[in-house]
Amino acid sequence: MTKKYHVTTTVNGDEYEVLCEPQQSLLDVLRDTLTLTGTKEGCATGDCGACSVVVDGRLVCSCLMLAVEADGKKVETIEGMAKDEDLHPLQKNFLEFNGLQCGICTPGILIAARELLKRNPDPTETEVRYWLAGNLCRCTGYDKIIRSVLVTAKEMRGS
Amino acid sequence: MADLRYEAPETLNAAVALLAGASGMTRVLAGGTDVIVQMETDLIEPELLVDIKKIPEVRQIAAENGGWRVGAAVTGMELVEHAAFCKAWPGVIDGVKLIGSIQVKGRATMGGNLCNASPAADSVPALVAAGATARIVGPKGTRDVAVETIPTGPGKTSLAKGEFIASFFFPKRPAHSGDAYLRFTPRTEMDIAVVGVGINLTLDGSGTCTAARVALGAVAPTVLLVNDAAKALIGTKVDAAALDKLATAASAACRPIDDKRGTKEYRIKVTGVIAKRAAQIALERARKS
Repeated sequence: MTKKYHVTTTVNGDEYEVLCEPQQSLLDVLRDTLTLTGTKEGCATGDCGACSVVVDGRLVCSCLMLAVEADGKKVETIEGMAKDEDLHPLQKNFLEFNGLQCGICTPGILIAARELLKRNPDPTETEVRYWLAGNLCRCTGYDKIIRSVLVTAKEMRGS
Repeated sequence: MADLRYEAPETLNAAVALLAGASGMTRVLAGGTDVIVQMETDLIEPELLVDIKKIPEVRQIAAENGGWRVGAAVTGMELVEHAAFCKAWPGVIDGVKLIGSIQVKGRATMGGNLCNASPAADSVPALVAAGATARIVGPKGTRDVAVETIPTGPGKTSLAKGEFIASFFFPKRPAHSGDAYLRFTPRTEMDIAVVGVGINLTLDGSGTCTAARVALGAVAPTVLLVNDAAKALIGTKVDAAALDKLATAASAACRPIDDKRGTKEYRIKVTGVIAKRAAQIALERARKS
Protein backbone atom coordinates (compact mmCIF):
# COMPACT_ATOMS: atom_id res chain seq x y z
CA MET A 1 0.00 0.00 0.00
CA THR A 2 1.27 3.41 -0.92
CA LYS A 3 2.53 5.40 1.99
CA LYS A 4 0.26 8.27 2.99
CA TYR A 5 1.62 11.68 3.78
CA HIS A 6 0.41 13.96 6.50
CA VAL A 7 -0.10 17.45 5.09
CA THR A 8 -1.01 20.56 7.06
CA THR A 9 -2.17 23.42 4.90
CA THR A 10 -4.14 26.63 5.31
CA VAL A 11 -6.99 27.11 2.86
CA ASN A 12 -8.77 30.46 2.86
CA GLY A 13 -7.51 31.09 6.39
CA ASP A 14 -8.61 27.75 7.84
CA GLU A 15 -6.03 25.14 8.77
CA TYR A 16 -6.61 21.63 7.45
CA GLU A 17 -4.79 18.38 8.13
CA VAL A 18 -5.11 15.74 5.46
CA LEU A 19 -3.62 12.37 4.66
CA CYS A 20 -2.78 12.12 0.99
CA GLU A 21 -1.01 9.86 -1.45
CA PRO A 22 2.15 11.31 -3.02
CA GLN A 23 0.76 11.45 -6.56
CA GLN A 24 -2.45 13.25 -5.57
CA SER A 25 -2.67 16.75 -6.95
CA LEU A 26 -3.57 19.73 -4.83
CA LEU A 27 -6.66 20.00 -7.04
CA ASP A 28 -7.79 16.48 -6.15
CA VAL A 29 -7.33 17.08 -2.44
CA LEU A 30 -9.16 20.43 -2.57
CA ARG A 31 -12.11 18.92 -4.41
CA ASP A 32 -12.33 15.34 -3.16
CA THR A 33 -10.91 15.48 0.36
CA LEU A 34 -11.82 18.99 1.46
CA THR A 35 -14.97 19.14 -0.75
CA LEU A 36 -14.00 22.62 -1.92
CA THR A 37 -15.42 21.99 -5.37
CA GLY A 38 -15.40 25.60 -6.56
CA THR A 39 -11.98 24.96 -8.09
CA LYS A 40 -12.59 23.10 -11.36
CA GLU A 41 -10.72 20.49 -13.32
CA GLY A 42 -10.60 21.26 -17.02
CA CYS A 43 -7.61 19.59 -18.61
CA ALA A 44 -5.44 18.36 -15.69
CA THR A 45 -2.36 19.27 -17.76
CA GLY A 46 -1.93 22.96 -16.96
CA ASP A 47 -3.33 24.25 -20.23
CA CYS A 48 -6.77 25.60 -19.29
CA GLY A 49 -6.43 27.42 -15.94
CA ALA A 50 -9.81 26.24 -14.58
CA CYS A 51 -8.01 24.95 -11.48
CA SER A 52 -6.22 28.26 -10.74
CA VAL A 53 -5.57 28.92 -7.06
CA VAL A 54 -3.11 31.10 -5.17
CA VAL A 55 -0.38 29.42 -3.12
CA ASP A 56 1.74 31.64 -0.87
CA GLY A 57 0.76 34.65 -2.99
CA ARG A 58 1.55 32.96 -6.31
CA LEU A 59 -1.05 32.17 -8.98
CA VAL A 60 -0.71 28.49 -9.96
CA CYS A 61 -2.62 25.62 -11.53
CA SER A 62 -3.61 23.32 -8.68
CA CYS A 63 -3.47 20.36 -11.09
CA LEU A 64 0.25 21.01 -11.57
CA MET A 65 1.07 20.83 -7.91
CA LEU A 66 1.10 17.82 -5.63
CA ALA A 67 -0.88 18.05 -2.42
CA VAL A 68 2.27 17.11 -0.47
CA GLU A 69 3.91 20.24 -1.85
CA ALA A 70 1.19 22.34 -0.17
CA ASP A 71 2.39 21.31 3.29
CA GLY A 72 2.91 24.45 5.35
CA LYS A 73 1.57 26.69 2.58
CA LYS A 74 -1.31 29.15 2.41
CA VAL A 75 -3.80 28.31 -0.32
CA GLU A 76 -6.51 30.69 -1.56
CA THR A 77 -9.43 29.35 -3.58
CA ILE A 78 -12.64 30.77 -5.02
CA GLU A 79 -14.50 29.81 -1.84
CA GLY A 80 -12.61 32.57 -0.01
CA MET A 81 -13.33 35.32 -2.51
CA ALA A 82 -16.73 36.53 -1.30
CA LYS A 83 -17.02 37.62 2.31
CA ASP A 84 -20.19 35.78 3.35
CA GLU A 85 -22.94 37.29 1.15
CA ASP A 86 -20.73 40.16 0.08
CA LEU A 87 -19.37 39.41 -3.40
CA HIS A 88 -15.95 40.59 -4.53
CA PRO A 89 -16.25 43.46 -7.08
CA LEU A 90 -15.00 41.07 -9.79
CA GLN A 91 -17.78 38.62 -8.97
CA LYS A 92 -20.39 41.38 -9.07
CA ASN A 93 -19.18 42.66 -12.40
CA PHE A 94 -18.94 39.20 -13.98
CA LEU A 95 -22.65 38.90 -13.15
CA GLU A 96 -23.45 42.45 -14.28
CA PHE A 97 -21.58 42.21 -17.60
CA ASN A 98 -22.26 38.53 -18.33
CA GLY A 99 -18.63 37.53 -17.99
CA LEU A 100 -19.67 33.88 -17.85
CA GLN A 101 -21.93 31.40 -19.54
CA CYS A 102 -21.46 27.77 -18.45
CA GLY A 103 -19.29 28.87 -15.53
CA ILE A 104 -16.65 26.12 -15.51
CA CYS A 105 -13.79 28.51 -16.26
CA THR A 106 -15.15 31.27 -14.03
CA PRO A 107 -13.62 30.43 -10.63
CA GLY A 108 -10.16 30.18 -12.21
CA ILE A 109 -10.63 33.40 -14.13
CA LEU A 110 -11.84 35.28 -11.06
CA ILE A 111 -8.85 34.10 -9.02
CA ALA A 112 -6.43 34.94 -11.84
CA ALA A 113 -8.02 38.36 -12.43
CA ARG A 114 -7.85 39.22 -8.72
CA GLU A 115 -4.11 38.48 -8.75
CA LEU A 116 -3.67 40.72 -11.79
CA LEU A 117 -5.48 43.64 -10.12
CA LYS A 118 -3.41 43.22 -6.94
CA ARG A 119 -0.24 43.67 -8.98
CA ASN A 120 -1.55 46.07 -11.59
CA PRO A 121 -4.62 48.10 -10.55
CA ASP A 122 -4.76 49.87 -13.93
CA PRO A 123 -4.15 47.25 -16.62
CA THR A 124 -4.64 47.90 -20.33
CA GLU A 125 -6.94 45.62 -22.28
CA THR A 126 -3.86 43.96 -23.78
CA GLU A 127 -2.39 43.37 -20.34
CA VAL A 128 -5.62 41.74 -19.16
CA ARG A 129 -5.71 39.53 -22.24
CA TYR A 130 -2.09 38.41 -21.79
CA TRP A 131 -2.48 37.81 -18.05
CA LEU A 132 -5.58 35.67 -18.66
CA ALA A 133 -4.08 33.81 -21.63
CA GLY A 134 -3.74 30.74 -19.43
CA ASN A 135 -7.47 30.68 -18.65
CA LEU A 136 -9.47 29.15 -21.45
CA CYS A 137 -13.18 29.91 -21.93
CA ARG A 138 -15.10 28.07 -24.65
CA CYS A 139 -18.36 30.01 -24.26
CA THR A 140 -17.97 33.75 -24.07
CA GLY A 141 -15.41 34.62 -26.72
CA TYR A 142 -13.59 36.47 -23.93
CA ASP A 143 -14.81 40.00 -24.67
CA LYS A 144 -17.29 40.06 -21.80
CA ILE A 145 -14.69 38.62 -19.42
CA ILE A 146 -12.16 41.28 -20.38
CA ARG A 147 -14.81 44.01 -20.05
CA SER A 148 -15.82 42.74 -16.61
CA VAL A 149 -12.21 42.88 -15.43
CA LEU A 150 -11.58 46.35 -16.87
CA VAL A 151 -14.76 47.75 -15.33
CA THR A 152 -13.81 46.24 -11.97
CA ALA A 153 -10.32 47.71 -12.15
CA LYS A 154 -11.76 51.16 -12.77
CA GLU A 155 -14.29 50.75 -9.97
CA MET A 156 -11.68 49.55 -7.48
CA ARG A 157 -9.34 52.42 -8.34
CA GLY A 158 -12.17 54.84 -7.66
CA SER A 159 -13.06 53.45 -4.27
CA MET B 1 1.85 1.40 -10.76
CA ALA B 2 4.73 0.94 -8.33
CA ASP B 3 4.44 2.67 -5.01
CA LEU B 4 5.61 6.23 -5.22
CA ARG B 5 7.75 7.76 -2.52
CA TYR B 6 8.05 11.54 -2.05
CA GLU B 7 11.03 13.12 -0.29
CA ALA B 8 11.82 16.78 0.28
CA PRO B 9 15.42 16.96 1.53
CA GLU B 10 16.88 20.22 2.80
CA THR B 11 20.45 19.88 1.56
CA LEU B 12 22.07 19.17 -1.80
CA ASN B 13 23.95 16.20 -0.34
CA ALA B 14 20.80 14.64 1.05
CA ALA B 15 19.08 15.00 -2.35
CA VAL B 16 22.05 13.41 -4.14
CA ALA B 17 22.10 10.53 -1.64
CA LEU B 18 18.39 9.85 -2.21
CA LEU B 19 18.69 9.94 -6.00
CA ALA B 20 21.90 7.91 -6.08
CA GLY B 21 20.58 5.33 -3.63
CA ALA B 22 17.28 4.61 -5.39
CA SER B 23 16.91 1.38 -7.34
CA GLY B 24 14.03 2.32 -9.65
CA MET B 25 13.06 5.34 -11.72
CA THR B 26 13.58 8.66 -9.99
CA ARG B 27 12.54 12.18 -10.87
CA VAL B 28 13.68 15.47 -9.46
CA LEU B 29 10.65 17.62 -8.64
CA ALA B 30 11.23 21.33 -9.08
CA GLY B 31 8.24 23.14 -10.60
CA GLY B 32 6.68 19.85 -11.64
CA THR B 33 4.88 21.34 -14.65
CA ASP B 34 6.30 18.60 -16.88
CA VAL B 35 6.90 15.79 -14.35
CA ILE B 36 3.39 15.90 -12.87
CA VAL B 37 1.75 15.89 -16.31
CA GLN B 38 3.96 12.97 -17.39
CA MET B 39 2.95 11.04 -14.26
CA GLU B 40 -0.72 11.93 -14.69
CA THR B 41 -0.70 10.69 -18.28
CA ASP B 42 1.28 7.52 -17.38
CA LEU B 43 4.26 8.47 -19.53
CA ILE B 44 6.49 7.88 -16.51
CA GLU B 45 6.04 5.86 -13.34
CA PRO B 46 8.77 6.97 -10.97
CA GLU B 47 9.33 5.20 -7.65
CA LEU B 48 10.91 8.22 -6.03
CA LEU B 49 10.24 11.94 -6.37
CA VAL B 50 12.87 14.18 -4.83
CA ASP B 51 11.42 17.64 -4.28
CA ILE B 52 14.43 19.97 -4.25
CA LYS B 53 12.59 23.17 -3.36
CA LYS B 54 13.51 23.08 0.33
CA ILE B 55 17.21 23.30 -0.57
CA PRO B 56 18.28 26.95 -0.24
CA GLU B 57 20.89 26.85 -3.04
CA VAL B 58 18.36 25.97 -5.73
CA ARG B 59 15.97 28.78 -4.79
CA GLN B 60 18.28 31.82 -4.81
CA ILE B 61 19.01 34.61 -7.28
CA ALA B 62 22.31 36.23 -6.32
CA ALA B 63 24.99 38.47 -7.83
CA GLU B 64 28.29 36.57 -8.14
CA ASN B 65 31.62 37.79 -9.57
CA GLY B 66 29.91 40.49 -11.59
CA GLY B 67 27.49 37.95 -13.05
CA TRP B 68 24.41 36.18 -11.72
CA ARG B 69 23.78 32.83 -10.10
CA VAL B 70 20.22 31.60 -10.41
CA GLY B 71 19.00 28.50 -8.59
CA ALA B 72 17.67 25.77 -10.84
CA ALA B 73 14.31 25.77 -9.00
CA VAL B 74 13.70 29.52 -9.10
CA THR B 75 10.30 29.89 -10.75
CA GLY B 76 9.69 31.75 -13.97
CA MET B 77 7.59 34.42 -12.26
CA GLU B 78 10.26 34.98 -9.59
CA LEU B 79 12.80 35.57 -12.35
CA VAL B 80 10.46 37.77 -14.41
CA GLU B 81 9.83 39.93 -11.31
CA HIS B 82 13.55 40.28 -10.48
CA ALA B 83 14.32 43.74 -11.87
CA ALA B 84 18.13 43.52 -11.73
CA PHE B 85 18.30 40.14 -13.47
CA CYS B 86 15.80 41.29 -16.10
CA LYS B 87 18.01 44.29 -16.83
CA ALA B 88 21.16 42.15 -17.03
CA TRP B 89 19.76 39.36 -19.25
CA PRO B 90 16.66 40.55 -21.13
CA GLY B 91 16.99 37.79 -23.73
CA VAL B 92 16.85 35.09 -21.06
CA ILE B 93 13.71 36.78 -19.75
CA ASP B 94 12.25 36.79 -23.30
CA GLY B 95 12.55 33.00 -23.22
CA VAL B 96 11.29 32.51 -19.66
CA LYS B 97 8.26 34.73 -20.32
CA LEU B 98 7.15 32.35 -23.07
CA ILE B 99 7.09 29.24 -20.85
CA GLY B 100 3.34 28.64 -20.57
CA SER B 101 0.84 30.83 -18.78
CA ILE B 102 1.27 33.03 -15.71
CA GLN B 103 0.04 30.03 -13.69
CA VAL B 104 2.58 27.68 -15.27
CA LYS B 105 5.38 30.20 -14.74
CA GLY B 106 4.31 30.39 -11.10
CA ARG B 107 5.77 26.88 -10.77
CA ALA B 108 7.96 26.18 -13.83
CA THR B 109 11.73 26.56 -13.56
CA MET B 110 14.67 26.95 -15.96
CA GLY B 111 16.21 23.80 -14.50
CA GLY B 112 13.11 21.84 -15.40
CA ASN B 113 12.80 23.46 -18.81
CA LEU B 114 16.37 22.33 -19.58
CA CYS B 115 16.14 18.83 -18.05
CA ASN B 116 12.78 18.04 -19.64
CA ALA B 117 14.95 18.24 -22.77
CA SER B 118 12.30 19.27 -25.24
CA PRO B 119 14.01 20.62 -28.38
CA ALA B 120 11.38 23.40 -28.33
CA ALA B 121 12.02 24.55 -24.71
CA ASP B 122 11.85 28.34 -24.83
CA SER B 123 14.42 29.25 -22.19
CA VAL B 124 17.13 26.93 -23.49
CA PRO B 125 18.29 28.76 -26.66
CA ALA B 126 18.46 31.93 -24.55
CA LEU B 127 20.55 30.15 -21.88
CA VAL B 128 22.87 28.72 -24.51
CA ALA B 129 23.24 32.08 -26.27
CA ALA B 130 23.99 33.67 -22.89
CA GLY B 131 26.89 31.26 -22.40
CA ALA B 132 25.35 30.13 -19.13
CA THR B 133 26.85 27.22 -17.24
CA ALA B 134 24.98 24.68 -15.16
CA ARG B 135 26.31 23.63 -11.75
CA ILE B 136 25.68 19.92 -11.43
CA VAL B 137 25.78 18.17 -8.08
CA GLY B 138 26.09 14.42 -7.85
CA PRO B 139 27.64 11.46 -6.05
CA LYS B 140 31.09 12.34 -7.46
CA GLY B 141 30.91 15.97 -6.39
CA THR B 142 30.15 19.23 -8.15
CA ARG B 143 30.93 20.18 -11.72
CA ASP B 144 30.15 23.18 -13.91
CA VAL B 145 29.29 22.51 -17.54
CA ALA B 146 28.04 24.54 -20.51
CA VAL B 147 24.25 24.43 -20.74
CA GLU B 148 24.37 23.13 -24.34
CA THR B 149 26.04 19.89 -23.15
CA ILE B 150 23.03 18.91 -20.99
CA PRO B 151 20.33 17.90 -23.52
CA THR B 152 21.37 14.94 -25.69
CA GLY B 153 18.07 14.31 -27.46
CA PRO B 154 14.33 14.70 -26.92
CA GLY B 155 13.70 13.85 -23.26
CA LYS B 156 17.33 12.83 -22.70
CA THR B 157 20.16 14.54 -20.81
CA SER B 158 23.83 13.94 -20.08
CA LEU B 159 23.18 13.88 -16.33
CA ALA B 160 24.38 10.66 -14.65
CA LYS B 161 22.46 8.74 -11.99
CA GLY B 162 22.21 10.75 -8.82
CA GLU B 163 23.05 14.04 -10.53
CA PHE B 164 20.89 17.13 -10.84
CA ILE B 165 21.34 20.81 -11.65
CA ALA B 166 21.59 23.04 -8.59
CA SER B 167 22.04 26.40 -10.30
CA PHE B 168 22.97 28.34 -13.40
CA PHE B 169 25.69 30.95 -13.72
CA PHE B 170 25.44 33.88 -16.11
CA PRO B 171 28.86 35.47 -16.59
CA LYS B 172 29.57 39.17 -16.43
CA ARG B 173 29.10 40.80 -19.81
CA PRO B 174 31.16 43.60 -21.35
CA ALA B 175 29.53 46.99 -21.96
CA HIS B 176 27.44 47.25 -25.14
CA SER B 177 26.14 43.71 -24.94
CA GLY B 178 22.59 42.61 -25.63
CA ASP B 179 20.65 39.41 -25.98
CA ALA B 180 17.24 38.38 -27.28
CA TYR B 181 15.11 35.30 -27.76
CA LEU B 182 12.40 35.20 -30.35
CA ARG B 183 10.22 32.31 -31.40
CA PHE B 184 7.72 31.70 -34.13
CA THR B 185 4.31 30.33 -33.12
CA PRO B 186 0.91 30.64 -34.80
CA ARG B 187 -0.51 32.05 -31.53
CA THR B 188 1.06 34.77 -29.41
CA GLU B 189 0.63 32.90 -26.10
CA MET B 190 0.24 29.34 -24.83
CA ASP B 191 1.97 27.69 -27.77
CA ILE B 192 5.04 25.61 -28.52
CA ALA B 193 7.86 27.01 -30.63
CA VAL B 194 7.91 26.07 -34.30
CA VAL B 195 11.33 27.72 -34.34
CA GLY B 196 13.15 29.64 -31.59
CA VAL B 197 16.34 31.69 -31.82
CA GLY B 198 18.51 33.06 -29.00
CA ILE B 199 21.21 35.61 -29.83
CA ASN B 200 23.72 37.29 -27.54
CA LEU B 201 26.17 39.83 -28.94
CA THR B 202 28.72 42.42 -27.87
CA LEU B 203 29.70 45.61 -29.72
CA ASP B 204 32.87 47.69 -29.42
CA GLY B 205 32.87 51.49 -29.11
CA SER B 206 32.43 51.89 -32.88
CA GLY B 207 29.43 49.56 -33.02
CA THR B 208 31.30 46.61 -34.54
CA CYS B 209 30.27 43.20 -33.24
CA THR B 210 33.17 41.62 -31.35
CA ALA B 211 31.46 38.55 -29.93
CA ALA B 212 28.26 36.64 -30.64
CA ARG B 213 26.50 33.41 -29.78
CA VAL B 214 23.55 32.12 -31.78
CA ALA B 215 21.39 29.23 -30.56
CA LEU B 216 18.49 27.60 -32.38
CA GLY B 217 15.54 25.76 -30.85
CA ALA B 218 12.99 23.31 -32.30
CA VAL B 219 15.00 22.63 -35.46
CA ALA B 220 17.07 19.61 -34.31
CA PRO B 221 16.92 16.90 -31.61
CA THR B 222 18.61 19.35 -29.25
CA VAL B 223 19.10 23.10 -29.11
CA LEU B 224 21.95 23.98 -31.47
CA LEU B 225 24.80 26.43 -30.85
CA VAL B 226 25.70 27.59 -34.35
CA ASN B 227 29.22 28.98 -34.68
CA ASP B 228 28.84 29.80 -38.38
CA ALA B 229 25.86 32.00 -37.57
CA ALA B 230 27.88 33.81 -34.88
CA LYS B 231 30.76 34.29 -37.37
CA ALA B 232 28.35 35.98 -39.77
CA LEU B 233 27.92 38.75 -37.19
CA ILE B 234 31.40 39.07 -35.68
CA GLY B 235 33.47 41.83 -37.30
CA THR B 236 30.41 43.47 -38.85
CA LYS B 237 28.15 46.37 -37.85
CA VAL B 238 25.27 43.87 -37.88
CA ASP B 239 24.07 45.53 -41.08
CA ALA B 240 21.75 44.13 -43.74
CA ALA B 241 24.52 42.11 -45.41
CA ALA B 242 25.56 40.55 -42.09
CA LEU B 243 21.95 39.75 -41.23
CA ASP B 244 21.52 37.98 -44.60
CA LYS B 245 24.63 35.89 -43.89
CA LEU B 246 23.32 35.14 -40.40
CA ALA B 247 20.00 33.96 -41.86
CA THR B 248 21.75 31.72 -44.39
CA ALA B 249 24.03 30.19 -41.76
CA ALA B 250 21.17 29.66 -39.30
CA SER B 251 18.97 28.01 -41.92
CA ALA B 252 21.89 25.82 -43.05
CA ALA B 253 22.35 24.46 -39.53
CA CYS B 254 18.74 23.29 -39.15
CA ARG B 255 17.98 19.58 -39.04
CA PRO B 256 14.26 19.74 -38.29
CA ILE B 257 11.48 17.19 -38.43
CA ASP B 258 8.14 17.50 -40.19
CA ASP B 259 5.30 17.68 -37.70
CA LYS B 260 1.94 19.33 -37.15
CA ARG B 261 3.65 22.57 -36.17
CA GLY B 262 5.58 22.92 -39.41
CA THR B 263 7.32 21.17 -42.27
CA LYS B 264 11.09 20.84 -42.55
CA GLU B 265 11.22 23.37 -45.38
CA TYR B 266 9.08 25.84 -43.47
CA ARG B 267 11.15 25.58 -40.29
CA ILE B 268 14.41 26.03 -42.22
CA LYS B 269 13.10 29.14 -43.97
CA VAL B 270 11.53 30.67 -40.84
CA THR B 271 14.71 30.10 -38.80
CA GLY B 272 16.58 32.55 -41.01
CA VAL B 273 13.83 35.15 -40.70
CA ILE B 274 13.55 34.80 -36.91
CA ALA B 275 17.36 34.86 -36.52
CA LYS B 276 17.51 38.22 -38.30
CA ARG B 277 14.76 39.68 -36.13
CA ALA B 278 16.30 38.35 -32.91
CA ALA B 279 19.68 39.81 -33.92
CA GLN B 280 18.09 43.21 -34.48
CA ILE B 281 16.52 43.16 -31.02
CA ALA B 282 19.82 42.07 -29.44
CA LEU B 283 21.60 44.83 -31.39
CA GLU B 284 19.22 47.52 -30.10
CA ARG B 285 19.70 46.30 -26.55
CA ALA B 286 23.49 46.23 -26.95
CA ARG B 287 23.50 49.79 -28.24
CA LYS B 288 21.50 50.94 -25.21
CA SER B 289 23.48 49.03 -22.60
